[in-house]
Amino acid sequence: MSAPDVVVVGAGHAAIQLAASLRQGRYEGSITVINDEAGLPYQRPPLSKAYLGGHMDDAALALRPTSFYAAQNVGLIEHDAAVSIDRARHSITLASGAIIPYGHLVLATGAANRTLPVPGAALSGVVGLRSLAETKALKALLPGLKRVVVIGAGFIGLEFAAVAAERGIAVTVIEAAPRPLMRGVSAVMSDHLARAHRGWGTTLLTSTGVKAIHGTGRAEAVETADGQIIATDLVLVAIGVISNTGLAAAAGLKTSNGIEVDALLRTEDPAISAVGDCAAFPLAGSGLIRLESVQNASDQARALADRLLGKPAPYAKLPWFWSDQAALKLQIAGLSGGHDHTVLRGDPAAGAFSVFCFKGETLLAVESLNRASDHMAARRFLAGTPGITRAQAADPSFDLRSVA
Amino acid sequence: MAKITFIEHNGTSHVVEAENGMSVMRAAVDNNVPGIDGDCGGECACATCHVYVEPEWQAATGARTETEETMLSFAAATQDNSRLCCQITVSDALDGLVVRTPDGQH
Repeated sequence: MSAPDVVVVGAGHAAIQLAASLRQGRYEGSITVINDEAGLPYQRPPLSKAYLGGHMDDAALALRPTSFYAAQNVGLIEHDAAVSIDRARHSITLASGAIIPYGHLVLATGAANRTLPVPGAALSGVVGLRSLAETKALKALLPGLKRVVVIGAGFIGLEFAAVAAERGIAVTVIEAAPRPLMRGVSAVMSDHLARAHRGWGTTLLTSTGVKAIHGTGRAEAVETADGQIIATDLVLVAIGVISNTGLAAAAGLKTSNGIEVDALLRTEDPAISAVGDCAAFPLAGSGLIRLESVQNASDQARALADRLLGKPAPYAKLPWFWSDQAALKLQIAGLSGGHDHTVLRGDPAAGAFSVFCFKGETLLAVESLNRASDHMAARRFLAGTPGITRAQAADPSFDLRSVA
Repeated sequence: MAKITFIEHNGTSHVVEAENGMSVMRAAVDNNVPGIDGDCGGECACATCHVYVEPEWQAATGARTETEETMLSFAAATQDNSRLCCQITVSDALDGLVVRTPDGQH
């Protein structure tokens, strides 16, 4: 039996890693990637960091050069979106009207920015930061900006705030939760990052909602729920994402927080899989979970490639993340949700420390700031070695190498 | 320009042409060399581009950076000639470079 023709909807990290891994494994079927954007598929993490900061060019941003697609025999359909799936006929229809048959369909549709449900959110000068086109537009505006308001103190909001503050722009970050990165990191790390941003001159308003964006034609001020009016030249909305489940849901596939898949990353239709930001997958101890990260996209793509190459194995990789904010290099291993105790290693005052997040005696996650060795050690012992106790984590003389 | 040879753990060789200024990791990923993932894109944040530099090329490729050193301190199967190849920049001086990939990056 010949290998089924693989069609991938989406062209982010998961899609391109899948194509690369299939070819590395000598997959013989055709591979077609459907990209709804124009141009070469690109890396997203640098958009809010090095690329926006002017330290990276377009060629370096591309996930792979043009030559890769020809050399690896990977078909790339650009600037055309999948609009429907015909599961009975095993084909998808694109916005252009083209019908693409598939043997196996991979949904790597990613996520879209959540929109802000307040008056004025559609004004010119209210922008997002997810696509390359949005980033280019924002980058072009940066030199003319004196003041910006960032709505949302998540990773994207804080990374942008760091880039803007570095350029001398007056930055105000408005966060509805009591502290930044509430969903992503422990209180200890969150407080440290809040202090760092304030130290760079950023005004950080927490427990503060947004009531409206005001302006004539374009955004000129943001009104908070408690009545403050903050004048601004630009508003960046960075309040999280929602999974792109529409295509799957319209085809009758089960969706909730994401496109639901099993441990082999299969939807309920055996000819359709989902990977990356769009996929809600079972993770031991967490139930069905959806993660937005390069690690998750890349590792799931490799796991799916292995399955399509005849080597199926349940997906169970340790989640890890990174974020660069000015000179701060944050690396996170594991998921800290539900932790009830933290242990500090290193010295926050010196700008290099790790927070070990425990639930009882079980280590859930380690957040490292400028402590790459702790991060790497954590990735090893969270992935399977016996682990580390609270007492060991709290002992500065304890050598992590002895358990990693 | 430099010609770089990547030798997989199983002995398979891949010879690629790399442009000056790019990283050795990028040269591998652009040419789909198995065994080098480079998940973080060259930020020295993931340690998935671990290679062993052939001894005669260790001087030309230089020393590990500080972050690289700490990332490598917990990577699997490190040796004296281990490098994260996102931290090696291609130049004419590296024409002929030979590196080997470990048995897995994860």
